Amino acid sequence: MAFSSVTEFFAMGGYGFYVWLSYGVTAAALLALVWHGRMVRKQLHQAAQQQAQRQQRLARRQQQQQENR
Amino acid sequence: MIPRRKKRLAMVLSLVVGVGIAMTFILLALSKNVDLFYTPSQMLEGEHKPQVGQRLRVGGMVVEGSVKRDANTLEVEFLVTDTGPTVKVLYQGILPDLFREGQGIVAQGVLQEGNVVKATEVLAKHDEEYMPPELAEAMKGIKHVNPNSNEAYTKPPSGGN
Amino acid sequence: MWRWLHPYAKGEASYHLLGRWLPWLTASALLVLLIGIGWGLVFAPPDYQQGDSYRIIFIHVPSAMLSMGTYTGMAIAALVALVWQIRTAEWSIAAIAPVGAVLTFISLLTGAAWGKPMWGTWWEWDARMTSQLILLFLYLGVLALYHAFSDNRTGAKAASILALVGVVNIPIIHFSVYWWNSLHQGATITKFAKPSMPPEMYIPLFVCIFGFMLMTAAFITQRLRHEILRQELHRPWVQQLLVGAKVKEQ
Repeated sequence: MAFSSVTEFFAMGGYGFYVWLSYGVTAAALLALVWHGRMVRKQLHQAAQQQAQRQQRLARRQQQQQENR
Repeated sequence: MIPRRKKRLAMVLSLVVGVGIAMTFILLALSKNVDLFYTPSQMLEGEHKPQVGQRLRVGGMVVEGSVKRDANTLEVEFLVTDTGPTVKVLYQGILPDLFREGQGIVAQGVLQEGNVVKATEVLAKHDEEYMPPELAEAMKGIKHVNPNSNEAYTKPPSGGN
Repeated sequence: MWRWLHPYAKGEASYHLLGRWLPWLTASALLVLLIGIGWGLVFAPPDYQQGDSYRIIFIHVPSAMLSMGTYTGMAIAALVALVWQIRTAEWSIAAIAPVGAVLTFISLLTGAAWGKPMWGTWWEWDARMTSQLILLFLYLGVLALYHAFSDNRTGAKAASILALVGVVNIPIIHFSVYWWNSLHQGATITKFAKPSMPPEMYIPLFVCIFGFMLMTAAFITQRLRHEILRQELHRPWVQQLLVGAKVKEQ
Protein backbone atom coordinates (compact mmCIF):
# COMPACT_ATOMS: atom_id res chain seq x y z
CA MET A 1 0.00 0.00 0.00
CA ALA A 2 1.23 3.46 -0.88
CA PHE A 3 -0.34 5.20 2.11
CA SER A 4 0.08 4.56 5.81
CA SER A 5 -3.17 6.13 7.01
CA VAL A 6 -6.61 7.11 5.74
CA THR A 7 -5.87 10.82 6.25
CA GLU A 8 -2.76 10.46 4.13
CA PHE A 9 -4.82 8.69 1.46
CA PHE A 10 -7.32 11.55 1.28
CA ALA A 11 -4.53 14.14 1.27
CA MET A 12 -2.92 12.46 -1.80
CA GLY A 13 0.45 13.98 -0.93
CA GLY A 14 -0.99 17.50 -1.02
CA TYR A 15 -2.76 16.96 -4.36
CA GLY A 16 -6.03 15.79 -2.78
CA PHE A 17 -8.08 18.61 -4.27
CA TYR A 18 -7.03 17.88 -7.85
CA VAL A 19 -7.17 14.08 -7.58
CA TRP A 20 -10.59 14.02 -5.91
CA LEU A 21 -11.88 16.71 -8.23
CA SER A 22 -10.96 14.48 -11.18
CA TYR A 23 -12.47 11.35 -9.71
CA GLY A 24 -15.53 13.22 -8.47
CA VAL A 25 -16.32 14.82 -11.82
CA THR A 26 -15.74 11.52 -13.61
CA ALA A 27 -18.17 9.74 -11.29
CA ALA A 28 -20.71 12.55 -11.69
CA ALA A 29 -20.46 12.50 -15.49
CA LEU A 30 -20.87 8.72 -15.64
CA LEU A 31 -23.82 8.81 -13.23
CA ALA A 32 -25.41 11.50 -15.38
CA LEU A 33 -25.07 9.18 -18.37
CA VAL A 34 -26.75 6.35 -16.42
CA TRP A 35 -29.50 8.71 -15.24
CA HIS A 36 -30.10 9.97 -18.78
CA GLY A 37 -30.39 6.38 -20.01
CA ARG A 38 -33.09 5.73 -17.41
CA MET A 39 -34.93 8.89 -18.48
CA VAL A 40 -34.90 7.77 -22.10
CA ARG A 41 -36.31 4.42 -21.06
CA LYS A 42 -39.08 6.09 -19.07
CA GLN A 43 -39.96 8.35 -22.00
CA LEU A 44 -40.10 5.32 -24.29
CA HIS A 45 -42.58 3.69 -21.94
CA GLN A 46 -44.74 6.80 -21.94
CA ALA A 47 -44.62 7.13 -25.71
CA ALA A 48 -45.54 3.48 -26.18
CA GLN A 49 -48.42 3.82 -23.73
CA GLN A 50 -49.76 6.88 -25.53
CA GLN A 51 -49.56 5.08 -28.82
CA ALA A 52 -51.37 2.06 -27.41
CA GLN A 53 -54.16 4.27 -26.06
CA ARG A 54 -54.48 6.03 -29.39
CA GLN A 55 -54.79 2.70 -31.16
CA GLN A 56 -57.39 1.56 -28.67
CA ARG A 57 -59.46 4.70 -29.25
CA LEU A 58 -59.13 4.29 -32.98
CA ALA A 59 -60.25 0.67 -32.82
CA ARG A 60 -63.24 1.57 -30.63
CA ARG A 61 -64.31 4.31 -33.01
CA GLN A 62 -64.09 2.00 -35.99
CA GLN A 63 -66.15 -0.55 -34.11
CA GLN A 64 -68.80 2.10 -33.31
CA GLN A 65 -68.90 3.25 -36.90
CA GLN A 66 -69.46 -0.31 -38.05
CA GLU A 67 -72.24 -0.78 -35.48
CA ASN A 68 -73.93 2.48 -36.51
CA ARG A 69 -73.95 1.49 -40.11
CA MET B 1 -20.87 -5.10 -54.83
CA ILE B 2 -23.92 -3.47 -56.30
CA PRO B 3 -22.81 -0.61 -58.62
CA ARG B 4 -24.95 1.85 -56.66
CA ARG B 5 -23.13 0.95 -53.44
CA LYS B 6 -19.80 1.10 -55.19
CA LYS B 7 -20.60 4.61 -56.33
CA ARG B 8 -21.64 5.66 -52.85
CA LEU B 9 -18.50 4.13 -51.34
CA ALA B 10 -16.31 5.98 -53.84
CA MET B 11 -18.10 9.26 -53.13
CA VAL B 12 -17.87 8.89 -49.38
CA LEU B 13 -14.22 7.85 -49.40
CA SER B 14 -13.22 10.64 -51.75
CA LEU B 15 -14.98 13.09 -49.42
CA VAL B 16 -12.91 11.86 -46.47
CA VAL B 17 -9.68 11.85 -48.48
CA GLY B 18 -10.47 15.33 -49.79
CA VAL B 19 -11.07 16.73 -46.33
CA GLY B 20 -7.92 14.98 -45.12
CA ILE B 21 -5.82 16.59 -47.83
CA ALA B 22 -7.39 20.00 -47.19
CA MET B 23 -6.64 19.68 -43.47
CA THR B 24 -3.04 18.68 -44.22
CA PHE B 25 -2.54 21.83 -46.29
CA ILE B 26 -4.21 24.03 -43.69
CA LEU B 27 -2.10 22.61 -40.89
CA LEU B 28 1.10 22.84 -42.94
CA ALA B 29 0.32 26.48 -43.67
CA LEU B 30 -0.44 27.14 -40.03
CA SER B 31 2.32 24.95 -38.63
CA LYS B 32 4.24 27.86 -37.11
CA ASN B 33 1.10 29.12 -35.43
CA VAL B 34 0.16 25.70 -34.08
CA ASP B 35 3.47 25.50 -32.21
CA LEU B 36 2.86 26.52 -28.65
CA PHE B 37 6.33 27.95 -28.14
CA TYR B 38 9.69 28.84 -29.69
CA THR B 39 12.63 26.66 -28.82
CA PRO B 40 15.81 28.64 -28.07
CA SER B 41 17.24 27.46 -31.42
CA GLN B 42 14.18 28.73 -33.28
CA MET B 43 14.45 32.02 -31.41
CA LEU B 44 18.10 32.65 -32.16
CA GLU B 45 18.75 30.77 -35.38
CA GLY B 46 15.33 30.10 -36.86
CA GLU B 47 13.70 31.57 -39.94
CA HIS B 48 11.14 33.64 -38.06
CA LYS B 49 13.16 35.30 -35.36
CA PRO B 50 11.05 37.12 -32.78
CA GLN B 51 11.55 40.87 -32.26
CA VAL B 52 12.70 42.48 -29.04
CA GLY B 53 9.59 43.57 -27.16
CA GLN B 54 7.48 40.79 -28.64
CA ARG B 55 5.33 38.64 -26.39
CA LEU B 56 6.26 35.03 -26.87
CA ARG B 57 6.61 31.65 -25.29
CA VAL B 58 9.94 29.92 -25.07
CA GLY B 59 10.22 26.23 -24.29
CA GLY B 60 13.19 24.05 -23.49
CA MET B 61 15.22 22.38 -20.78
CA VAL B 62 16.31 24.22 -17.67
CA VAL B 63 20.13 24.15 -17.74
CA GLU B 64 21.63 22.21 -14.81
CA GLY B 65 23.04 24.51 -12.16
CA SER B 66 21.65 27.67 -13.77
CA VAL B 67 18.77 28.29 -11.39
CA LYS B 68 19.39 31.24 -9.07
CA ARG B 69 16.70 32.06 -6.58
CA ASP B 70 16.45 34.91 -4.15
CA ALA B 71 15.99 33.41 -0.70
CA ASN B 72 13.59 36.15 0.42
CA THR B 73 11.49 36.99 -2.62
CA LEU B 74 10.04 34.77 -5.29
CA GLU B 75 12.47 36.13 -7.87
CA VAL B 76 14.17 33.45 -9.91
CA GLU B 77 16.34 33.32 -13.01
CA PHE B 78 17.50 30.39 -15.07
CA LEU B 79 18.80 29.43 -18.49
CA VAL B 80 16.73 27.46 -21.01
CA THR B 81 18.26 25.46 -23.83
CA ASP B 82 17.37 22.83 -26.39
CA THR B 83 20.22 21.76 -28.64
CA GLY B 84 22.68 24.62 -28.49
CA PRO B 85 21.85 28.25 -27.76
CA THR B 86 20.52 29.31 -24.39
CA VAL B 87 18.00 31.93 -23.40
CA LYS B 88 17.80 33.51 -19.97
CA VAL B 89 14.42 33.63 -18.24
CA LEU B 90 13.62 36.06 -15.43
CA TYR B 91 10.54 35.29 -13.40
CA GLN B 92 8.84 36.31 -10.21
CA GLY B 93 6.15 34.05 -8.86
CA ILE B 94 5.20 30.53 -7.91
CA LEU B 95 6.91 27.85 -9.97
CA PRO B 96 4.89 24.78 -10.96
CA ASP B 97 5.56 21.74 -8.80
CA LEU B 98 7.34 19.92 -11.60
CA PHE B 99 9.97 22.63 -12.06
CA ARG B 100 13.43 21.16 -11.73
CA GLU B 101 16.85 21.58 -13.33
CA GLY B 102 16.92 19.42 -16.43
CA GLN B 103 13.14 19.66 -16.67
CA GLY B 104 11.30 20.94 -19.74
CA ILE B 105 9.50 24.23 -19.19
CA VAL B 106 7.52 26.74 -21.21
CA ALA B 107 7.85 30.39 -20.19
CA GLN B 108 5.58 33.12 -21.47
CA GLY B 109 6.79 36.68 -21.43
CA VAL B 110 8.34 39.56 -23.30
CA LEU B 111 11.62 39.28 -25.18
CA GLN B 112 14.24 41.77 -24.06
CA GLU B 113 17.71 42.73 -25.27
CA GLY B 114 20.36 40.05 -25.02
CA ASN B 115 18.18 36.96 -25.35
CA VAL B 116 16.43 37.54 -22.05
CA VAL B 117 12.77 36.73 -21.58
CA LYS B 118 11.00 38.47 -18.74
CA ALA B 119 8.38 35.86 -17.99
CA THR B 120 4.93 36.40 -16.57
CA GLU B 121 4.16 32.69 -16.46
CA VAL B 122 6.29 29.58 -16.22
CA LEU B 123 4.74 26.21 -17.07
CA ALA B 124 6.41 22.86 -16.60
CA LYS B 125 6.41 20.20 -19.28
CA HIS B 126 6.90 16.63 -18.28
CA ASP B 127 7.97 13.57 -20.17
CA GLU B 128 5.99 10.39 -20.59
CA GLU B 129 8.07 8.51 -18.04
CA TYR B 130 6.68 7.54 -14.70
CA MET B 131 8.48 5.68 -11.94
CA PRO B 132 8.41 5.24 -8.18
CA PRO B 133 10.68 7.66 -6.23
CA GLU B 134 13.09 4.97 -5.02
CA LEU B 135 13.63 3.68 -8.55
CA ALA B 136 14.20 7.19 -9.91
CA GLU B 137 16.78 7.92 -7.23
CA ALA B 138 18.58 4.66 -7.93
CA MET B 139 18.46 4.93 -11.72
CA LYS B 140 18.83 8.61 -12.40
CA GLY B 141 20.06 10.07 -9.13
CA ILE B 142 17.10 12.42 -9.24
CA LYS B 143 15.42 13.36 -6.03
CA HIS B 144 12.53 15.68 -6.69
CA VAL B 145 12.11 18.61 -4.33
CA ASN B 146 9.17 20.99 -4.52
CA PRO B 147 10.66 24.07 -6.25
CA ASN B 148 8.83 26.48 -3.96
CA SER B 149 10.08 24.91 -0.76
CA ASN B 150 12.76 26.78 1.17
CA GLU B 151 15.54 24.28 0.65
CA ALA B 152 15.24 24.39 -3.15
CA TYR B 153 17.89 26.31 -5.12
CA THR B 154 18.93 28.57 -2.27
CA LYS B 155 21.89 26.38 -1.32
CA PRO B 156 25.06 26.56 -3.41
CA PRO B 157 24.77 24.53 -6.66
CA SER B 158 27.22 21.87 -5.41
CA GLY B 159 24.51 20.61 -3.10
CA GLY B 160 22.53 19.38 -6.08
CA ASN B 161 18.88 20.19 -6.35
CA MET C 1 -20.77 -8.93 -38.78
CA TRP C 2 -23.31 -6.38 -39.98
CA ARG C 3 -25.05 -8.98 -42.08
CA TRP C 4 -26.51 -10.79 -39.12
CA LEU C 5 -27.31 -7.59 -37.31
CA HIS C 6 -28.59 -6.22 -40.55
CA PRO C 7 -32.20 -6.72 -41.38
CA TYR C 8 -34.52 -4.27 -39.88
CA ALA C 9 -37.14 -6.89 -39.57
CA LYS C 10 -34.76 -8.24 -36.94
CA GLY C 11 -34.75 -5.22 -34.67
CA GLU C 12 -36.45 -7.41 -32.13
CA ALA C 13 -33.76 -10.10 -32.37
CA SER C 14 -30.93 -7.54 -31.98
CA TYR C 15 -32.73 -5.98 -29.04
CA HIS C 16 -32.94 -9.26 -27.20
CA LEU C 17 -29.42 -10.34 -28.13
CA LEU C 18 -27.99 -7.06 -26.81
CA GLY C 19 -30.17 -7.50 -23.75
CA ARG C 20 -28.52 -10.82 -23.03
CA TRP C 21 -25.05 -9.23 -23.15
CA LEU C 22 -25.90 -6.16 -21.11
CA PRO C 23 -25.96 -7.57 -17.55
CA TRP C 24 -22.65 -9.38 -18.10
CA LEU C 25 -21.02 -6.29 -19.57
CA THR C 26 -22.29 -4.10 -16.73
CA ALA C 27 -21.24 -6.51 -13.99
CA SER C 28 -17.77 -7.14 -15.42
CA ALA C 29 -17.24 -3.41 -16.09
CA LEU C 30 -18.05 -2.55 -12.48
CA LEU C 31 -15.83 -5.32 -11.16
CA VAL C 32 -12.84 -4.51 -13.38
CA LEU C 33 -13.15 -0.77 -12.76
CA LEU C 34 -13.34 -1.31 -9.02
CA ILE C 35 -10.18 -3.43 -9.10
CA GLY C 36 -8.31 -1.07 -11.42
CA ILE C 37 -9.22 2.19 -9.69
CA GLY C 38 -8.66 0.73 -6.22
CA TRP C 39 -5.29 -0.63 -7.28
CA GLY C 40 -4.29 2.65 -8.89
CA LEU C 41 -5.43 4.85 -6.04
CA VAL C 42 -4.27 2.79 -3.09
CA PHE C 43 -1.59 0.30 -4.07
CA ALA C 44 0.36 1.77 -7.00
CA PRO C 45 3.50 3.63 -5.90
CA PRO C 46 3.67 7.43 -6.27
CA ASP C 47 5.63 8.98 -9.14
CA TYR C 48 9.09 10.41 -8.47
CA GLN C 49 8.23 13.82 -9.92
CA GLN C 50 4.49 14.12 -9.71
CA GLY C 51 3.90 12.42 -6.39
CA ASP C 52 0.32 11.28 -5.93
CA SER C 53 -1.13 13.71 -8.47
CA TYR C 54 -0.26 11.26 -11.26
CA ARG C 55 -3.04 8.97 -9.97
CA ILE C 56 -5.35 10.99 -12.22
CA ILE C 57 -3.78 8.96 -15.04
CA PHE C 58 -5.96 5.99 -14.12
CA ILE C 59 -9.01 7.79 -15.47
CA HIS C 60 -7.41 10.34 -17.79
CA VAL C 61 -5.65 7.89 -20.11
CA PRO C 62 -8.52 5.35 -20.37
CA SER C 63 -11.11 8.05 -21.06
CA ALA C 64 -8.88 9.78 -23.64
CA MET C 65 -8.05 6.49 -25.40
CA LEU C 66 -11.66 5.39 -25.50
CA SER C 67 -12.92 8.80 -26.62
CA MET C 68 -10.80 8.29 -29.75
CA GLY C 69 -11.62 4.58 -30.05
CA THR C 70 -15.37 5.11 -29.88
CA TYR C 71 -15.08 7.91 -32.43
CA THR C 72 -13.34 5.55 -34.84
CA GLY C 73 -16.08 3.00 -34.20
CA MET C 74 -18.72 5.63 -34.85
CA ALA C 75 -17.01 6.68 -38.09
CA ILE C 76 -16.99 3.04 -39.27
CA ALA C 77 -20.70 2.77 -38.41
CA ALA C 78 -21.23 6.00 -40.37
CA LEU C 79 -19.43 4.54 -43.40
CA VAL C 80 -21.57 1.39 -43.23
CA ALA C 81 -24.68 3.51 -42.78
CA LEU C 82 -23.88 5.69 -45.80
CA VAL C 83 -22.74 2.99 -48.20
CA TRP C 84 -24.79 -0.06 -47.23
CA GLN C 85 -27.63 1.94 -45.69
CA ILE C 86 -28.06 -0.48 -42.82
CA ARG C 87 -30.36 0.96 -40.20
CA THR C 88 -28.65 -0.70 -37.23
CA ALA C 89 -25.47 1.13 -38.25
CA GLU C 90 -27.37 4.43 -38.34
CA TRP C 91 -28.78 3.77 -34.91
CA SER C 92 -25.41 2.90 -33.43
CA ILE C 93 -24.23 6.42 -34.33
CA ALA C 94 -26.91 7.75 -32.00
CA ALA C 95 -25.90 5.19 -29.38
CA ILE C 96 -22.16 5.94 -29.54
CA ALA C 97 -22.12 9.75 -29.76
CA PRO C 98 -23.37 10.62 -26.24
CA VAL C 99 -21.08 8.05 -24.64
CA GLY C 100 -18.10 9.35 -26.61
CA ALA C 101 -18.95 12.94 -25.70
CA VAL C 102 -18.96 12.08 -22.00
CA LEU C 103 -15.63 10.24 -22.32
CA THR C 104 -14.11 13.23 -24.12
CA PHE C 105 -15.46 15.58 -21.47
CA ILE C 106 -13.92 13.41 -18.73
CA SER C 107 -10.55 13.35 -20.50
CA LEU C 108 -10.55 17.15 -20.88
CA LEU C 109 -11.59 17.78 -17.31
CA THR C 110 -9.20 15.32 -15.69
CA GLY C 111 -6.48 16.73 -17.92
CA ALA C 112 -7.20 20.24 -16.65
CA ALA C 113 -7.23 19.11 -13.02
CA TRP C 114 -3.92 17.38 -13.60
CA GLY C 115 -2.38 20.22 -15.56
CA LYS C 116 -3.03 22.82 -12.89
CA PRO C 117 -0.74 21.37 -10.20
CA MET C 118 1.84 19.88 -12.59
CA TRP C 119 2.20 22.26 -15.51
CA GLY C 120 0.89 25.32 -13.69
CA THR C 121 -2.17 25.89 -15.88
CA TRP C 122 -5.69 24.49 -16.21
CA TRP C 123 -5.78 25.02 -19.94
CA GLU C 124 -3.42 26.00 -22.71
CA TRP C 125 -4.32 26.26 -26.39
CA ASP C 126 -1.81 23.64 -27.34
CA ALA C 127 -2.33 21.29 -30.26
CA ARG C 128 -3.29 18.22 -28.20
CA MET C 129 -5.81 19.97 -26.01
CA THR C 130 -7.34 22.00 -28.81
CA SER C 131 -7.80 18.95 -31.04
CA GLN C 132 -9.35 17.02 -28.15
CA LEU C 133 -11.77 19.91 -27.60
CA ILE C 134 -12.65 19.73 -31.30
CA LEU C 135 -13.41 16.03 -30.76
CA LEU C 136 -15.97 17.00 -28.10
CA PHE C 137 -17.59 19.45 -30.53
CA LEU C 138 -17.64 16.77 -33.24
CA TYR C 139 -19.49 14.38 -30.94
CA LEU C 140 -21.97 17.09 -29.97
CA GLY C 141 -22.39 18.10 -33.63
CA VAL C 142 -23.09 14.51 -34.69
CA LEU C 143 -25.62 14.16 -31.89
CA ALA C 144 -27.31 17.46 -32.74
CA LEU C 145 -27.52 16.65 -36.47
CA TYR C 146 -28.91 13.19 -35.78
CA HIS C 147 -31.82 14.62 -33.84
CA ALA C 148 -32.22 17.85 -35.82
CA PHE C 149 -34.49 16.48 -38.55
CA SER C 150 -38.07 15.33 -38.20
CA ASP C 151 -37.21 12.60 -40.69
CA ASN C 152 -34.94 10.16 -38.88
CA ARG C 153 -33.12 8.96 -41.96
CA THR C 154 -32.19 12.45 -43.13
CA GLY C 155 -30.78 13.18 -39.68
CA ALA C 156 -28.87 9.92 -39.65
CA LYS C 157 -27.39 10.69 -43.06
CA ALA C 158 -26.29 14.19 -42.08
CA ALA C 159 -24.81 12.91 -38.81
CA SER C 160 -23.00 10.11 -40.69
CA ILE C 161 -21.33 12.55 -43.06
CA LEU C 162 -20.09 14.74 -40.20
CA ALA C 163 -18.92 11.70 -38.21
CA LEU C 164 -17.02 10.36 -41.21
CA VAL C 165 -15.40 13.66 -42.18
CA GLY C 166 -14.46 14.32 -38.54
CA VAL C 167 -12.35 11.18 -38.47
CA VAL C 168 -9.41 13.18 -39.86
CA ASN C 169 -9.20 14.74 -36.38
CA ILE C 170 -8.25 11.39 -34.81
CA PRO C 171 -4.71 11.14 -36.24
CA ILE C 172 -4.28 14.86 -35.54
CA ILE C 173 -5.04 14.27 -31.84
CA HIS C 174 -2.70 11.32 -31.67
CA PHE C 175 0.25 12.85 -33.48
CA SER C 176 -0.22 16.48 -32.34
CA VAL C 177 2.37 16.07 -29.60
CA TYR C 178 4.95 14.85 -32.11
CA TRP C 179 4.20 17.22 -34.99
CA TRP C 180 4.20 20.44 -33.00
CA ASN C 181 5.76 21.92 -29.90
CA SER C 182 3.16 21.29 -27.28
CA LEU C 183 2.80 21.35 -23.54
CA HIS C 184 1.37 17.84 -23.47
CA GLN C 185 3.92 15.03 -23.42
CA GLY C 186 4.07 12.04 -25.76
CA ALA C 187 2.20 8.79 -25.25
CA THR C 188 3.20 6.66 -22.28
CA ILE C 189 1.68 3.49 -23.64
CA THR C 190 1.44 2.58 -27.29
CA LYS C 191 0.74 -0.73 -28.95
CA PHE C 192 4.22 -1.02 -30.36
CA ALA C 193 6.59 -0.11 -27.57
CA LYS C 194 7.19 -1.05 -23.99
CA PRO C 195 5.41 1.42 -21.72
CA SER C 196 7.58 4.11 -20.12
CA MET C 197 6.38 2.95 -16.73
CA PRO C 198 7.21 0.13 -14.35
CA PRO C 199 4.73 -2.79 -14.13
CA GLU C 200 3.40 -1.76 -10.72
CA MET C 201 2.04 1.33 -12.47
CA TYR C 202 1.09 0.04 -15.90
CA ILE C 203 -0.71 -3.09 -14.78
CA PRO C 204 -3.38 -1.14 -12.84
CA LEU C 205 -3.50 1.32 -15.76
CA PHE C 206 -4.22 -1.53 -18.19
CA VAL C 207 -6.87 -2.88 -15.81
CA CYS C 208 -8.49 0.56 -15.80
CA ILE C 209 -8.35 0.79 -19.60
CA PHE C 210 -9.99 -2.63 -19.87
CA GLY C 211 -12.62 -1.57 -17.31
CA PHE C 212 -13.38 1.59 -19.29
CA MET C 213 -13.71 -0.53 -22.46
CA LEU C 214 -16.26 -2.80 -20.80
CA MET C 215 -18.11 0.19 -19.36
CA THR C 216 -18.19 1.94 -22.73
CA ALA C 217 -19.47 -1.24 -24.36
CA ALA C 218 -22.20 -1.51 -21.71
CA PHE C 219 -23.29 2.11 -22.20
CA ILE C 220 -23.37 1.76 -25.98
CA THR C 221 -25.30 -1.53 -25.76
CA GLN C 222 -27.88 0.06 -23.48
CA ARG C 223 -28.26 3.07 -25.74
CA LEU C 224 -28.47 1.00 -28.91
CA ARG C 225 -31.33 -0.99 -27.34
CA HIS C 226 -33.13 2.25 -26.55
CA GLU C 227 -32.60 3.52 -30.08
CA ILE C 228 -34.02 0.29 -31.51
CA LEU C 229 -37.12 0.73 -29.35
CA ARG C 230 -37.42 4.40 -30.30
CA GLN C 231 -37.19 3.66 -34.01
CA GLU C 232 -39.60 0.72 -33.93
CA LEU C 233 -42.02 2.21 -31.44
CA HIS C 234 -44.97 1.64 -33.75
CA ARG C 235 -44.23 -2.05 -34.19
CA PRO C 236 -46.31 -4.60 -32.29
CA TRP C 237 -43.34 -6.24 -30.56
CA VAL C 238 -42.28 -2.95 -28.98
CA GLN C 239 -45.85 -2.17 -27.95
CA GLN C 240 -46.10 -5.55 -26.35
CA LEU C 241 -42.74 -5.15 -24.61
CA LEU C 242 -43.33 -1.67 -23.23
CA VAL C 243 -47.06 -1.60 -22.58
CA GLY C 244 -47.54 -5.26 -21.72
CA ALA C 245 -50.26 -7.70 -22.56
CA LYS C 246 -52.96 -5.00 -22.90
CA VAL C 247 -52.24 -4.49 -26.56
CA LYS C 248 -52.50 -8.16 -27.29
CA GLU C 249 -56.18 -8.24 -26.43
CA GLN C 250 -56.92 -5.74 -29.17
